[in-house]
Amino acid sequence: MAKDRSESSLIKAGYRWIDERLKIDALVEYMSGKVVPRHGHSAFYYLGGITLFLFCVQVVTGILLLMYYRPGADSAYESVRFLISEVTFGWLIRSIHSWSANLMIFAAFLHMFTVFFTHAYRKPRELTWYTGIGLMGLAMAFGFSGYLLPWNQLSFFATRVGTGMAGSIPVIGKQLMIIMRGGEEVTGATIGRFFGLHVAILPALFTGLLTLHLIFIQRQGMSEPIAWATKRPEEKKYMKFFPNFIYRDALVWLIVLNILALLAVVFPDGIGVIHWALGIKADPFAPPPDVIRPEWYFMFAFQALKFLPGHVLYIEGELFGMTIFAVGGLLWILVPYFNRHPAMDNRSKWIVGFGVFILVFIIAMTLIGYLVKQV
Amino acid sequence: MLRTIITLSFLSVLISPVHADVNNCITCHQEWEDNDGPSFKFSRDIHSQNGLGCADCHGGDPTLDDMDEVRQSKNYRGVPDHLQVPDFCARCHSDASYMHNHNPSLPVDQLAKYKTSVHGQRLFGLGDKKVANCISCHTVHEIGDAKMPHSSTHPQNIPKTCAHCHADAKYMAEYDIPTNQYDDYKQSVHGIALLVDNDLGAPACNDCHGNHGAAPPGVNSLAAVCGVCHALEAQLFDGSPHKAAYEEYDIPMCEICHSNHKILKPTDAMIGSSDTAVCTDCHAPDDGTKGIYTADSIKTLIRDLVEARDSASVVLEDAKAKGMMTVNEEFLLKDVNQSLIQTRTMVHSFDVDSVAPRAEDGLAKADTVRVNSLNLIDEYYFRRKGLGIATLIITFLVIMLYIRIRRLER
Amino acid sequence: MRMSENNITRRSFLDWITDLGVFALLGSIFYPVIRYLIPPRTGEATKNQIKLKATREEIAAEPQKAKYFKMGRLLGIIFITDSGELKALTATCTHLDCTVQNRPDWGIIWCACHNGKYDYDGNNISGPPPRPLEKLIVNEVGGDIFISREKT
Repeated sequence: MAKDRSESSLIKAGYRWIDERLKIDALVEYMSGKVVPRHGHSAFYYLGGITLFLFCVQVVTGILLLMYYRPGADSAYESVRFLISEVTFGWLIRSIHSWSANLMIFAAFLHMFTVFFTHAYRKPRELTWYTGIGLMGLAMAFGFSGYLLPWNQLSFFATRVGTGMAGSIPVIGKQLMIIMRGGEEVTGATIGRFFGLHVAILPALFTGLLTLHLIFIQRQGMSEPIAWATKRPEEKKYMKFFPNFIYRDALVWLIVLNILALLAVVFPDGIGVIHWALGIKADPFAPPPDVIRPEWYFMFAFQALKFLPGHVLYIEGELFGMTIFAVGGLLWILVPYFNRHPAMDNRSKWIVGFGVFILVFIIAMTLIGYLVKQV
Repeated sequence: MLRTIITLSFLSVLISPVHADVNNCITCHQEWEDNDGPSFKFSRDIHSQNGLGCADCHGGDPTLDDMDEVRQSKNYRGVPDHLQVPDFCARCHSDASYMHNHNPSLPVDQLAKYKTSVHGQRLFGLGDKKVANCISCHTVHEIGDAKMPHSSTHPQNIPKTCAHCHADAKYMAEYDIPTNQYDDYKQSVHGIALLVDNDLGAPACNDCHGNHGAAPPGVNSLAAVCGVCHALEAQLFDGSPHKAAYEEYDIPMCEICHSNHKILKPTDAMIGSSDTAVCTDCHAPDDGTKGIYTADSIKTLIRDLVEARDSASVVLEDAKAKGMMTVNEEFLLKDVNQSLIQTRTMVHSFDVDSVAPRAEDGLAKADTVRVNSLNLIDEYYFRRKGLGIATLIITFLVIMLYIRIRRLER
Repeated sequence: MRMSENNITRRSFLDWITDLGVFALLGSIFYPVIRYLIPPRTGEATKNQIKLKATREEIAAEPQKAKYFKMGRLLGIIFITDSGELKALTATCTHLDCTVQNRPDWGIIWCACHNGKYDYDGNNISGPPPRPLEKLIVNEVGGDIFISREKT
């Protein structure tokens, strides 16, 4: 492999200046030894990076939006309207933020499922999986909290339904709903809470978990396919993380950036059913829109709960559904505990089957939620 | 002593004010009337609600329960016939000091006005029993305040009340006046506004004809009647050449172009020199007046403004359909529509120099809307161009990276 | 490792042109961001208060002693009364949405469409208008005129 001679002497001088003060040579040596396996499914390795890239886009565009957004029932909607109509490129920043949010969660889903199906969560990478699940949850919380902030009819009613569902959780539900809403109903107080969550609490938690997640990956290296356990060293192909994988990552990120820019300019308000056109300001006393939908990543749960009958075996339908979800979710999260054996065995097959079932369930419920006419 | 006191107290109870409220009229009449008889309806009547009873109009002693005795009792007036009704009601309603004790704000000139009306003149002068008297319009025993929606004199019910006779061709046959007014009115802008859109500011029959002094407005006073609401048009008309001309030839102003009952929304086709225009009803191209020239000039001004507004609107809709924010332009378009309203109003001056400034103002604003909308459309394309440039840069970098990776791993 | 002269030239040309590309990319990102951060001329978002772009003298110089202004989606009219007081009302007639005007000769606000009349406090006093005009709050600070809506 030809050595990369493209580093300028300026950069070399800069590195020397830092090393003389912080003694990072050993660390750099360690990190430059990092390798990435090359095999048929190597492409999946990029998904985590894509999610990370999109998160960075969110942070940047989010901070820019903060320059003009004003939380509060009297100012939120007006500030967003002002932003997209009067502020130069305001429409673009908002559009990128909305698209990147949806793409990020989609990428996170892909990342999670590919990790699941390649069994990459096995020992010693359980902690990476758990922090990753945490990040997934936080990402969806980001989406839920951010959705309300424009304070338009769409988001108001979707939030009302969403927090109302939280209210039906047994024992703690009512109190949880009141804490989420900042009161009995969705009001300006809810904007305040969601805003604080969205720009302060969630970013702090996310950054913390993300740092751990990345440290774990750096420390442990990329997961190798199960089949490699029986391979001879010379049969296993690797590439260096620095700079080969990094360049490839950058390439993928550039393509994602391009796709994002394209979507943001050509479809500034979203596509089809996934849209975030500002519309009219939230009015709690107006009749709700004909169709109230949650964001697409909640649609499967929303739709599944709709299918449940009023009562199942003496238990209230919604409660039953939530219990099933909770159990399923718990099984999913604890999969590293269930799948400890490194090689493929019967149990692994059951687990893959479970994963396929979950995947098909989510896709089917989401499609039904959008395609079948809601009664 | 004690026995005297007890007896006198007992007697005083018998003749106490409790008994003065006895209204045997209602009690007895309700026994043999059916459910929509006067005694049942009367509680809905405004007189009943103001504490008056049967005897206050019909006289007699309400405490009696024998009809013959009632007829002989004090001040018994009984049931008036058709010709006696106005005086019957006026006994109180024209008595200023009496009315002062019951409703000081009510006027007391209804009978005087009625006597000037066509109805009054025929009733008193010719003994006509078919014309309207008080109860023909106000009903009897369930008279409602005109502000009450169920009242026969509520603005939204007045057309129907008048039409009860005036739309009945058989009933009106001997009077030689048209009976299509109600039908015409219902199709008019006023009729639709009042009856369909619930705009109580729109005129009913009495707003133009008067209520008690009902008479068709005279030919020269018609403009004053319309001018109560359409003040600006009336004012413009008074300053126009038509005023003197119409007075000279006894042409009913307003009505001659706009009709009296079937007043429809005026259209731009009404002005000009074409067949549909009302101008050509009197004017010819070489009749020695500036009439046709003025009509054509004004028509052109309006037509230009309408075209400018429409084309601006089309561009605006295009910008809006492209997803651009058009709030400011929509606002300005409202201004253009306002200019159009003003221009059309100025028609009544029949003077090109008065109409032109308004039209020009509207044209300027329409042009601004059009230009701004075109700018928005340009912005739409600018965004796509920017995207194209960004795509080129990124694609270029992707290729460069790809080459570098290739070279690295050669 | 020896490299041909051609290789060195091609490589550094490629590097140079890549750096240019990176620069262009950063430019195409920073250009919109910088433009975005510069605030637009119309200032701020809430449409419950505006600063009028005219002075008292300019209003007095108008033939009808009044000026129109836009506040959000609302059209307003500001005028000077006989006693020299500055007052402001919404300018859309409550009857059929025509734009009202000041009639200093009659001392009222007038709607030309159907002869509707309002007093200077916005009350509908004659003609078809069913509701009053909304009264707006006027504040004069220094030479500037601020108009705001009462927060309900």
